[in-house]
Amino acid sequence: MIKSLRFRAAVVSIAIFLAFIGVWHLATRQTASVGTMSPEYAKLMGLTATSGKSAMPGPLDVGAKLWEHLKRPFYDNGPNDKGLGIQLGYSIGRVGLGYLIAVIVAIPLGFLIGMSPLMNKALDPFIQVLKPISPLAWMPLALYTIKDSSLSAIFVIFICSVWPMLLNTAFGVAAVRKEWINVARTLEVGTFRRAFTVILPAAAPTILTGMRISIGIAWLVIVAAEMLVGGTGIGYFVWNEWNNLSITNVIIAILMIGVVGMLLDQILARFTRMVTFPE
Amino acid sequence: MTTKFISIEGIAKRYPASQGPGATTIFEDLWLSMPSGEFGCIIGHSGCGKTTVLNILAGLDEPSEGTVIVDGQAIAGTSLDRAVIFQSHALLPWLTVMGNIAYAVSSKWRKWDKTKVRAHAQTYIDKVGLTGSEHKRPSELSGGMKQRVGIARALSITPKIMLMDEPFSALDALTRGTLQDEVRRVTLETGQTTFMITHDVDEAMYLADKIFLMTNGPGAVLAEIVENPLPRDRSRIDLHKHPHYYALRNHIIDFLVTRSKTFTATTPHHDPRHVPVIRPAFTEAPTMPSLHSATR
Repeated sequence: MIKSLRFRAAVVSIAIFLAFIGVWHLATRQTASVGTMSPEYAKLMGLTATSGKSAMPGPLDVGAKLWEHLKRPFYDNGPNDKGLGIQLGYSIGRVGLGYLIAVIVAIPLGFLIGMSPLMNKALDPFIQVLKPISPLAWMPLALYTIKDSSLSAIFVIFICSVWPMLLNTAFGVAAVRKEWINVARTLEVGTFRRAFTVILPAAAPTILTGMRISIGIAWLVIVAAEMLVGGTGIGYFVWNEWNNLSITNVIIAILMIGVVGMLLDQILARFTRMVTFPE
Repeated sequence: MTTKFISIEGIAKRYPASQGPGATTIFEDLWLSMPSGEFGCIIGHSGCGKTTVLNILAGLDEPSEGTVIVDGQAIAGTSLDRAVIFQSHALLPWLTVMGNIAYAVSSKWRKWDKTKVRAHAQTYIDKVGLTGSEHKRPSELSGGMKQRVGIARALSITPKIMLMDEPFSALDALTRGTLQDEVRRVTLETGQTTFMITHDVDEAMYLADKIFLMTNGPGAVLAEIVENPLPRDRSRIDLHKHPHYYALRNHIIDFLVTRSKTFTATTPHHDPRHVPVIRPAFTEAPTMPSLHSATR
């Protein structure tokens, strides 16, 4: 019986997942051999020595803790104990704001660079030098000038997500087929109308691809940025839980970062599909 | 030629040499004129600059020297008066058939409301036989249908001149034939002044009133203007039965095969301002008795 490829792929995925969980469970399960020791000493040694429990949490521990988090995602017990939903919300908010500013700057600037060979050549050296700078290298400068850690994180998101969008927009605009431009020219379409009715739809798939790359980078960078600036956000949560030696929470946070990153990417992928035209 | 609706006056196109001084001349001192309502065809080998001539007429390219006058005015840039049908159809793939034509219509009549634009576009969709395909995107159309949309888009803005750059060269022979019929019907119906580039002799003979023969480039010149001796009500099916058919065809073929290469060398006193007008006609005794002689 041959099922659809989709179905078979799902079966394999589930099998891999179960195998992974199984190996994880076996590797971290309670081992029987526990040396006899005095209760005083056992108290000092902790669970690893007394019950043979691994310091690494098993899948059941993580699952139970995850369920706990999912039941109460938005609790707030003060600065060091907030729900996962709140922390993720802070991170998504920062990414959203920095990314939005980047869109507002990169797309018009990309249009300018793509449409004007002069501006393309004039701005090229700046872009070439600024693009390879690690976004976190801007952090001290941002902290010094902006004097606000949260805004600095947003600035870092802006600076890291602006380049792929800028370059893709400029490339997409410059690569619009000459014949489409000529159609607009023979119809005496003005520069602004041409930009919106011909160049924008023609370059939209390329622009959206740049935006999709940018959102991925922004989500990578926010975790690192929040580890530096602290206070709130999923990056801070990871670091805080590391300081608490709660590996369970660190694993949960890693999982959540992956899920949210995937969702952001899927949203942009959907937008890309909406503007893509078959030829 | 009483009126000069289109008048190309001494245009040249040169490109600077890739290294060192000097320039490559594609063509120079080109003079050409056409009255309103005529169908003109430039024929010549690749590299003679015929596409450049058309682009200059369209305003998409500028001549290095000379001017083009249309309807009493020197042209400057592109204009809605001169519609172009592109070889590659150049439809906007994110718009539907209706969208593509409506875009052109609303570019010409910016104050028209949506219903008026659509109604106007619809008449031209019907005219090229695409009724029912209004909501299809170009990717869903065959090559011939795409070019029909291109023709409808050009006609919809009711231009003074329609410019066609090898519009059917990418199509298969059957589709090309039917589209030639369409173009002939529509241009005759509307009295559309049309200027076309082709390298297909039969296409030129069927469609054109005047055929402009260009020599090989670089340094191409307009060698001759051939008036089409075939009757105005000719049809594609029995075109080849007309007594003048072979005289005309042989004349053009001879030119393309041999004279386009040797013309400049063998005709030292060619005056580009007064290009000879030739009307090839049947002269020998008829070998096909069933045919009656030409009416003109």
